[in-house]
Amino acid sequence: MPERIVIQPVTRIEGHAKISIYLDDDGAVSSAQFHVTEFRGFEKLCEGRPFHEMPGLMSRVCGICPVSHILASSKACDNLLGVEVPRTAVQQRRMVNLAQLVQSHALSFFHLSAPDLLLGMDAPPEKRNVFGLVERDAEFARRGIRLRQFGQRIIELVGGKRIHPSWGAPGGVLRAIGEAERDEIRGWIPEALESAEIAIGRLKGVLDSMAIEIEHLGNFPTLFLGLVSPEGGLEYYDGVIRIVDGEGNAVAEGLDPQRYLTYLGEASEEWSFMKFPYYKPLGYPGGKYRVGPLARMNVARFAGTPRADREMHEFKQRSQGAVCESFHYHLARLIEILHAIERIEEITQDPDLLGSNIRARAGQNRNEGIGCSEAPRGTLFHHYQVDDNGLVRSANLLIATSQNNLAMNLAVEQAARYFVSGRSLQEGMLNRVEAAIRCFDPCLSCSTHALGQMPLVVELRDAGGALLDRARRG
Amino acid sequence: MSVKTLEIDGKMVTGMAGETIFSVAWEHGIHIPRLCHIGGISDVGACRLCMVEVEGQRKLQAACLTQIEEGMVVRTDTPRLKAHRKLIVELLMAERNHICAVCVANGACELQELARSMGIDHVRLRYRFPVFPVDTSNERFGMDHNRCVLCTRCVRVCDEVEGAHTWDVFGRGAGSRIISDLGEPWGASESCTGCGKCVQVCPTGALFDKGKTVAEMRKDRGFLKYIVTAREKKQWIG
Ligand code: SF4
Ligand code: SF4
Ligand code: FES
Repeated sequence: MPERIVIQPVTRIEGHAKISIYLDDDGAVSSAQFHVTEFRGFEKLCEGRPFHEMPGLMSRVCGICPVSHILASSKACDNLLGVEVPRTAVQQRRMVNLAQLVQSHALSFFHLSAPDLLLGMDAPPEKRNVFGLVERDAEFARRGIRLRQFGQRIIELVGGKRIHPSWGAPGGVLRAIGEAERDEIRGWIPEALESAEIAIGRLKGVLDSMAIEIEHLGNFPTLFLGLVSPEGGLEYYDGVIRIVDGEGNAVAEGLDPQRYLTYLGEASEEWSFMKFPYYKPLGYPGGKYRVGPLARMNVARFAGTPRADREMHEFKQRSQGAVCESFHYHLARLIEILHAIERIEEITQDPDLLGSNIRARAGQNRNEGIGCSEAPRGTLFHHYQVDDNGLVRSANLLIATSQNNLAMNLAVEQAARYFVSGRSLQEGMLNRVEAAIRCFDPCLSCSTHALGQMPLVVELRDAGGALLDRARRG
Repeated sequence: MSVKTLEIDGKMVTGMAGETIFSVAWEHGIHIPRLCHIGGISDVGACRLCMVEVEGQRKLQAACLTQIEEGMVVRTDTPRLKAHRKLIVELLMAERNHICAVCVANGACELQELARSMGIDHVRLRYRFPVFPVDTSNERFGMDHNRCVLCTRCVRVCDEVEGAHTWDVFGRGAGSRIISDLGEPWGASESCTGCGKCVQVCPTGALFDKGKTVAEMRKDRGFLKYIVTAREKKQWIG
């Protein structure tokens, strides 16, 4: 009888997510699953509500990336009004979206991943956290914290609040900003650029020693999907969808996000609450794709800002085709931080940022609205159907983390096959399985393992279900 | 008209015969909490937040309905009253779906402000989570029954000031609901003049301007005093 190892994060919300590793009769890993057992049902909560509330309501989906949901939601609502959003509002939205990217990526890298990467996967768990990092290199850790603050500060200055700003609205944004805000943002730029480049240098410096992890933590070909500008550069707010395969060949170009249902499907599995999106023309599960930083590096041909272009060019040399190693999500994230800071600087130079025309007004002109933007973790879609009185009939959210679901499952399985062996559990081995997940920075657990370590309960059971070994951390 | 002298919270105050404890207290800077009362329209004593202790009377009295009397001794802020008021606010919150974080009135709501001023950071009662509709059939306004506290300010201002009497109360107890005309959707009401007075006097996010997003709804009640003064004194001053 096959055995099953369960790795269950014990989070503040019980039953969040867990990893099951199935052993065959010889004790070797036969397969693994990454389950999401939590169901929040946000779509259900929206039903019957006036669509104008959606940006504010949707910002509550997530405490880490509320801005992404505000944006996708506002864009879906712009669509329901059928208006063109004034340039000032667009520039504000773009800037806040990039700031969100910086703060979220900085959290992922400096707080959650850097301890593993820079202190080593086999470092003792009590040291392998952000405090251990501070001990080892206080200046570097401080830069990470400041980089995150930079992002949060922009959200606060423009959005009026750091965590759940009620700022985005159908047709635009709620408040204009002035010179004082803009100048404060500008003041942060030189330090932020420097910190991003230092972090990139540090990560590149340790990659050679991580060859085994790079090889075995989610290294396989899949499709990659993301928004690009009409010219094919990095794009986070608007644009068209581009899909490339593992060789880097374009599978689809210039897809309209409004028509996502024609090319993206969602499968369900009874063992997980999270859906399994796939690229329809290749079927399920053959049409598995990845989104997020790595995908964006693969689908965009260039960054469009000088410093990020240099790094992106070098990044693309890491592979003949697309970069398929999920481990490189980390480096991709840092390059995106650099790019976002450069873009934010550009936006602060646009006089239109300070305009007072911030909202297009109109009644409801459509019954269906779709909004799409790039969230830190990948492409995000909000899709609303509303009745003639503007009440939401149904809402569908296609979130980044679920689009990476198939790839995350594969990555866990690959890591388990390589690193898990025998009938007892070792810290280093569980770390690597967890690190496979962390490459994707899935949003469901980030708020609960802020010390850089997922709290885990690991159980090893024999064929009869009796407990053989149990490990607990966090 | 005769002048009456009484004591409120240890302070000697005077008022005209016929005035309520509530208005005399407010004139003297003693702000008794309220929800259903709003100056300019009649009082009904629906919310019971303004309850006060009157010496010599066993029962608590609604300050907005009780007229002052010579020699009265009134207390407005005893521990017992505070506990009652706190419970009333919690009951109101639990009775419908009050989730301030995602409400149009967030930051400018009288119920929320009452809760804040009483230090209510959570509700001790279990929310009932009733299923109530939102009526957005009117072209300019919306009615969200999930946020209604049944204070009937809308009913009274519409009847007494606008003269349309579009609104009324339907049903009983916790299942009561504000209806337009005989239960038609607001947009189909033949009596509604579209003046929006009800929206402005509504203390919560129940009546709102259509198109407002979370925390964007702000109310302007200045018109009430202006109209009432104009009507009663023939003085058109803002
Ligand atoms: S009506 Fe007032 S108390 Fe109720 S949810 Fe809205 S803001 Fe909160
Ligand atoms: S709709 Fe507003 S004004 Fe009317 S009863 Fe309800 S809470 Fe009071
Ligand atoms: S204000 Fe007196 S009962 Fe409501």
